Amino acid sequence: MSARTRPITTTEGTKPFSFSEAGLAECKALMARYPEGRSKSALIPILHVAQAENDGWLSVNAMDAVAHVMGLRHIEVYEVASFYSMFNLHPVGTYVLDVCRTTPCMLRGSDDLIHHLEKKLGVHAGETTKDGMFTLKAVECLGSCGSGPMLQCGAGYHEDLTIEKVDSLIEQLRARNSRTNYTDR
Amino acid sequence: MGRKLLFQHIDKPGIRGLEGYRANGGYRSVEKALKTMSPEAVLEEVKKSGLRGRGGAGFPTGMKWSFLAKPEGVPRYLVVNADESEPGTFKDRYLMERIPHILVEGMITSSFALGAKVSYAYIRGEYFYVARIMEQAIAEARAAGWLGKNILGSGFDHEIHVQVGAGAYICGEETALLESLEGKRGNPRIKPPFPAVKGLYDCPTVVNNVETIAAVVPIVNDGGEEYAKIGIGKSTGTKLISAGGNIKRPGVYEIDLGITCDEFINSDEYCGGVDGRAFKAVVPGGSSVPIVPYEMFLKTPTGENRLMTYESLSEGGFAQGTMMGSGGFYAYNDAQCIVRSTWNHTRFYHHESCGQCSPCREGTGWMEKVLERLEHGEGRTEDIDLLWDIQRKIEGNTICPLGDAAAWPVASAIRHFRDEFEYHVTHREKVKDPKHFAREPFRKSAKFATA
Amino acid sequence: MAKVTIDGISIEVPDGTTILQAARMIGERNTADRHVVPPAMCYYSKLKTSGGYCRTCIVKVTKGSDKDPRPMPKPVASCRTAVMDGMEVANTTDPALIDARNGVVEMLLINHPLDCPICDQAGECHLQDLSYENGKEASRYEFERRTFDPIDIGDTIKLHMTRCILCYRCVKVGEQLTDGRVHGVINRGDVAEISTYISQAIENDFSGNMIDVCPVGALTDKTFRFASRVWFTKPVDAHCNCENPKCSGNAVLWMKGNEVLRVTGRKDMWGEVESFICNTCRFDRKDVNAWTIEGPRKIDHHSVISQGHYQLKREQALLASPAPNVPELAKRKELKDR
Ligand SMILES: Cc1cc2nc3c(=O)[nH]c(=O)nc-3n(C[C@H](O)[C@H](O)[C@H](O)COP(=O)(O)O)c2cc1C
Ligand code: SF4
Ligand code: SF4
Ligand code: FES
Ligand code: FES
Repeated sequence: MSARTRPITTTEGTKPFSFSEAGLAECKALMARYPEGRSKSALIPILHVAQAENDGWLSVNAMDAVAHVMGLRHIEVYEVASFYSMFNLHPVGTYVLDVCRTTPCMLRGSDDLIHHLEKKLGVHAGETTKDGMFTLKAVECLGSCGSGPMLQCGAGYHEDLTIEKVDSLIEQLRARNSRTNYTDR
Repeated sequence: MGRKLLFQHIDKPGIRGLEGYRANGGYRSVEKALKTMSPEAVLEEVKKSGLRGRGGAGFPTGMKWSFLAKPEGVPRYLVVNADESEPGTFKDRYLMERIPHILVEGMITSSFALGAKVSYAYIRGEYFYVARIMEQAIAEARAAGWLGKNILGSGFDHEIHVQVGAGAYICGEETALLESLEGKRGNPRIKPPFPAVKGLYDCPTVVNNVETIAAVVPIVNDGGEEYAKIGIGKSTGTKLISAGGNIKRPGVYEIDLGITCDEFINSDEYCGGVDGRAFKAVVPGGSSVPIVPYEMFLKTPTGENRLMTYESLSEGGFAQGTMMGSGGFYAYNDAQCIVRSTWNHTRFYHHESCGQCSPCREGTGWMEKVLERLEHGEGRTEDIDLLWDIQRKIEGNTICPLGDAAAWPVASAIRHFRDEFEYHVTHREKVKDPKHFAREPFRKSAKFATA
Repeated sequence: MAKVTIDGISIEVPDGTTILQAARMIGERNTADRHVVPPAMCYYSKLKTSGGYCRTCIVKVTKGSDKDPRPMPKPVASCRTAVMDGMEVANTTDPALIDARNGVVEMLLINHPLDCPICDQAGECHLQDLSYENGKEASRYEFERRTFDPIDIGDTIKLHMTRCILCYRCVKVGEQLTDGRVHGVINRGDVAEISTYISQAIENDFSGNMIDVCPVGALTDKTFRFASRVWFTKPVDAHCNCENPKCSGNAVLWMKGNEVLRVTGRKDMWGEVESFICNTCRFDRKDVNAWTIEGPRKIDHHSVISQGHYQLKREQALLASPAPNVPELAKRKELKDR
């Protein structure tokens, strides 16, 4: 819930980060989209790229690399990254399950779904399973209210969920065992 | 059957691609505007159409466009608001996903009217896959010459960029959106200056909702007067309503403004009635608009049938009416608990407050905590008045309308369902069961009969 | 020029003047009229784009202008609203407005610690003054308050985030006075905080001015030796020929005997520094011989005096409160035991 989880504010114990060649090219292309002197506009898209290349979360190293590539002050990156809820400031599991908890989904049973997932995965919303496979997040309306309850995993929406459907989704993901990102095509 | 202006071809094969879209008359408005009309003439049609902003506030689009400052040598921008985060609203996603070219077309035609050489579509981060669909549509349009330099030999240049957000409801507020688009925190700006004078990169900017811009297409094709023939009074044209909650047929519907609320919620063409229980309450325009009892949704205070129009939905003011809002419609059956739903609403606003101004930053969390306590059978009678007082102190005293949006659901819930709040104080043990009303619906008439 | 009337008192001001500035002009013209001046916790006339956040300066515009006499539907932030010719404004004369402002003050206080008696800012705190004038007897907030551990941001400044009201003034100092902001606001909503994120020292010639602009005790001077209740120190105006061209060299020395305990900027009647000073003057020039003393500084003892009342009021309220939270309970016990 809204309990305060302070971001990780140290580089200690986290791995170094640098963009892949493709990632760097994407950053450059993104920055070139804006008018002269306005390349800061690319910050959010570039943070998405960095997060996808850093196991799904933004470490201080990753944010500092973004600042470096964009020629920004570090604090300009930190203050933006910490504002938006899709940026994870803690390590996450292979899969992040963003389950909608907002009223229209609640009317269609999202409380039960979240409860079920908490029990099934043995974690509270906001936590990651011990095996590092799943991070369960209860999030606000994802714009799929007519097909709730629903969850987002990577770029994909899983809608009209039932306990059975979500169970089989979990099994499929577990079997596949490869990271999903919001930026997946 | 109502007319379909935006959804007319939505089920046609290949409509998502340029070819299929063209085959069904796509990009005619660009041809018409660029080849035969002046920018002023396009603006005139939009004014005549009576089109009102579909993002929530319902501000007349033609008037908004005419406010755009036009200083020499300064670029102007059109920014499309595809942040769509108002709970209950999923119409823009549906439109962009199914028929992306209508938005591209609308953006080109509108930009022509506004004299904008560049426009942006700001899409919420969670809709990454929708952003990809839009990017694809833009690439197709560019390859076919609908974008770029000297479009159709008219001398008009235009580029469209898609920008993704990263999870923040507040970025739907137009100035927060502009901040976010500039690569900053989504903090709403303090107005004035308004975006029409100083918007994106300090340049004059128009921000419009996806549906608003899409509606420009039929308006230019058929003329503003034709468009204005649909609807009643100042509610002209068609409106997309995304319907959810405890109804039989959730989905996105294009309605003629002016159909009765009863038809919308009960006919099989739209919501198809309740999902097997009885209706209790309705939120017709996204979580920010007042919640009203089902009966009040159907009838105005004078006993007339309520209509799906901006005016009729708000008839009766805050005391007995609600609002059209964004068209994010959801209905409650009698298994639902209004206190729980209000707590849920408030948790949303608490989570989404940007934190700039004190009443919203502090007040939303305070309301959430009090509501949480009430819902879990730990509340006191005074809590109801306390809540009333907190929401009153937020409303009207904040930088942006999120403060009001957080206050209204609480105010309307207490106004119309006060006895349900009282029940939570008098029946503390009962309400500890999270499904308290599913097993034993709360009946207003038999006040606490089951005590 | 535009004529504006606030609480029945009129003044002519240049176009573009804000309501708050106009009110201050009235107050400067005749100090007896100071009541027309709305309280301002985030606006700072010397910092561009400040204001608009805290909402304590809200006023009711009862007449928009001569041209368009309609009243404005909602209260407006006086620090960010320009006057119009013929405008009429209520600051203390509209009960609904006063109620709304009390609401804002209550919001500012719900998460603010009740540690005034031990706070370094006590006696100089604008929030303390404000709550004395606009606050309720007891807080109706019964939940745990937000707390943070105090942290050092460099050798000279301490940040007690728990006390911060997120006025953004220090952020504007970082942006506008220093050659590169290293701190800012992170997170959002009610968990937003002032931070450098990764522990960084704010080291810059003018960063110390953050301490002066901070309306509460959130940013304090670590070099303030024997951090002493301010009212035990003797303030004197002094200047030095500072070699830093951007530094005015005009300061207030807070003395105990011949010892300089603290150096700050000089504040005007609205609690704003008149001119900014550099960090060398503030933190390093603690030798009285390095300064030319001009004479004793007249301090508006308003807040120092009200401190007594305020504390009493708070304590009484606490003892009467029906449902104190945990820290309040501890405090209550302490008061009862006394
Ligand atoms: C908190 C808040 C959230 C908003 N979210 C959206 C949104 O997601 N989509 C949208 O189109 N308008 C949203 N709006 C309304 C916009 O500020 C703006 O009025 C709208 O984009 C204007 O477009 P229109 O005139 O076409 O409706 C929001 C407003 C507020 C205050
Ligand atoms: S009302 Fe809320 S969301 Fe809007 S500016 Fe104030 S704190 Fe931010
Ligand atoms: S630390 Fe002080 S100056 Fe900075 S935002 Fe907080 S209260 Fe304002
Ligand atoms: S409420 Fe869950 S997607 Fe909208
Ligand atoms: S001083 Fe005007 S809003 Fe804070």
